[in-house]
Amino acid sequence: MKVKTLWIKGKRPSGTDLLFGIISVLLLLIVAYPLYFVLIASVSDPDLTYAGKVYFLPKKITFEGYRTILADPRTLVGYYNTVLYTAAGTALSVVLTLTSGFALSIREFFGKKWINIYVIFTMIFSGGLVPTYLLMKNLHAINTIWGVILPGAVGVWNLIVTRTFFEENISMELLESAQLDGCSYFKFFVHIVLPTSGVIVAVISLFYAVNQWNGFFNALIYLNDKNKFPLQLFLREILLQQEMMSMDPDLVNSVRHRANLVKYAMIVVASAPVLAAYPFAQRFFIKGVMIGAVKG
Amino acid sequence: MEKGETIKRRRGWKTRWKRDYQIYLFLAPTLLYFLIYCYIPMGGIQIAFREFTPKLGIWKSPWVGLGQFARFFQSYQFKIIISNTLKISLMNLLLGFPMPVFLALLLNQLKYTKLKKVLQTATYAPHFISIPAVVGMLVIMLSPGGGMLYNLIDWFSGGKAGIPMGSAPGFSLIFVISEIWQHAGWDAIIYIATLTSVSPDLYEAAEIDGAGKIQKILYIDIPAILPTAVILLIMNSGRIMSVGFEKVLLMQNAMNIEASEIISTYVYKIGLIGMEFSYSAAIGLFNSLINFFLIVVVNQIAKKGANIKLF
Repeated sequence: MKVKTLWIKGKRPSGTDLLFGIISVLLLLIVAYPLYFVLIASVSDPDLTYAGKVYFLPKKITFEGYRTILADPRTLVGYYNTVLYTAAGTALSVVLTLTSGFALSIREFFGKKWINIYVIFTMIFSGGLVPTYLLMKNLHAINTIWGVILPGAVGVWNLIVTRTFFEENISMELLESAQLDGCSYFKFFVHIVLPTSGVIVAVISLFYAVNQWNGFFNALIYLNDKNKFPLQLFLREILLQQEMMSMDPDLVNSVRHRANLVKYAMIVVASAPVLAAYPFAQRFFIKGVMIGAVKG
Repeated sequence: MEKGETIKRRRGWKTRWKRDYQIYLFLAPTLLYFLIYCYIPMGGIQIAFREFTPKLGIWKSPWVGLGQFARFFQSYQFKIIISNTLKISLMNLLLGFPMPVFLALLLNQLKYTKLKKVLQTATYAPHFISIPAVVGMLVIMLSPGGGMLYNLIDWFSGGKAGIPMGSAPGFSLIFVISEIWQHAGWDAIIYIATLTSVSPDLYEAAEIDGAGKIQKILYIDIPAILPTAVILLIMNSGRIMSVGFEKVLLMQNAMNIEASEIISTYVYKIGLIGMEFSYSAAIGLFNSLINFFLIVVVNQIAKKGANIKLF
């Protein structure tokens, strides 16, 4: 009966419309259910979850999982580090991407073609894991914030998106006439480009921020001091460590079930900020994909 | 354009430099970044041809020619790793590619606008979940007591589900399905964007001719997204050898390793855990070269066949 309110008034849906609607609802359930299940399992009695009694609604609500996580000092450390890395990494990436994206959008200057090749080539060939690791070691970046935020600081795809945006939105005639009036590229960038480019700043900031928030690999290879671990690394630790525990046959079942409860809660805690912000930021993400798509 | 060129010609390089030097200042930090983080490591590739020891460093360790490569080709893991890599990535391409297309076609023709919005938001959402979180979900939900999903699998397999994550045969399927769950919605955006640019006149004309939904999809929508789909298919096939490293790494365990060891995870283990830097760099270089070759070939094909240049 819910469907009735969903169609546009005045037009009667055909059989195919209804079929498409049913397929959509099914897809929606398949996609959303795992996320929903994690959420309800994170607040349900772990023994009931284990027994398969929790399907649609939380049962015997308990916040023990969240309490355990909040009591774990690693959570706070992880959150602090993740926020730090996300803020610093995003700021660095955005500044680099905006400045170089603007420069590359300028119609023509000496060496532009070669600089483009220089940038694009990094997309199709790389030194690989070990040479990069050795470089970071030689730079003494191991166990510092630089190990987390520098590799991947400029995403070529983000750079192309930014360049394309400027090419399409900043009038080169305006730049040329501003120059005739003695305006420098710097002034033009600060006074004309930045104030009119809120959208692209939002788009690439969000892309970089999500990447940094969710990233774990740089931290995994370049950090070994646990006080510097981001949240995702603790998430991995908790999941793996308890996995080993749960393989111990002597372990009492309820302990194993409780360990699962903590895992559910940990997944929620680590994913919630991005997922909560995402519906509001959705249009920027989509915008970014569209600008990038123009370039194919 | 013409005006710009005459101005350019009239001015000497000195005036141009005076005007344009700031462009290079804008570019300098980023170019320096690429130099340090992309080009210097490329120089470090030479350790693949040496026997690297930390004491002697990159430049002084003795040359061993192609010895590291020979060792890899002769090792018993070589065949397993290559076939795992190909199996996982080909499966990912074949099963993963059609889903976003299907989803976009469905969404485009969906009449219930609210449902459409909700479905879009819901299918994009998993793209924003971190890899550790997704793997965590897989690990718990695919083991006994993991809820409806596990019970369904158990029921369909007649109570013999065991622990799917701990078995080699199911590994690639679990990987691919979870990839589809996570990214199909997001990957559909580009097709949806293409479909919204289809002129409404076409649909109207089709309706007058008595075309139904299915005909519209077959004769308007699919032709409209075909070029985009071809480009993406070509691009994705260029990335075959670099499939989902981080996720595979986290999904690995002692029980599924025979099916889950791929080139990139092997490089990681040999190099950063086993500390055999030269051997690992050689395997990494082997992988990079295949990738490079694939992308260049694919780009050529796209240029010739569809007159599309990817870069």
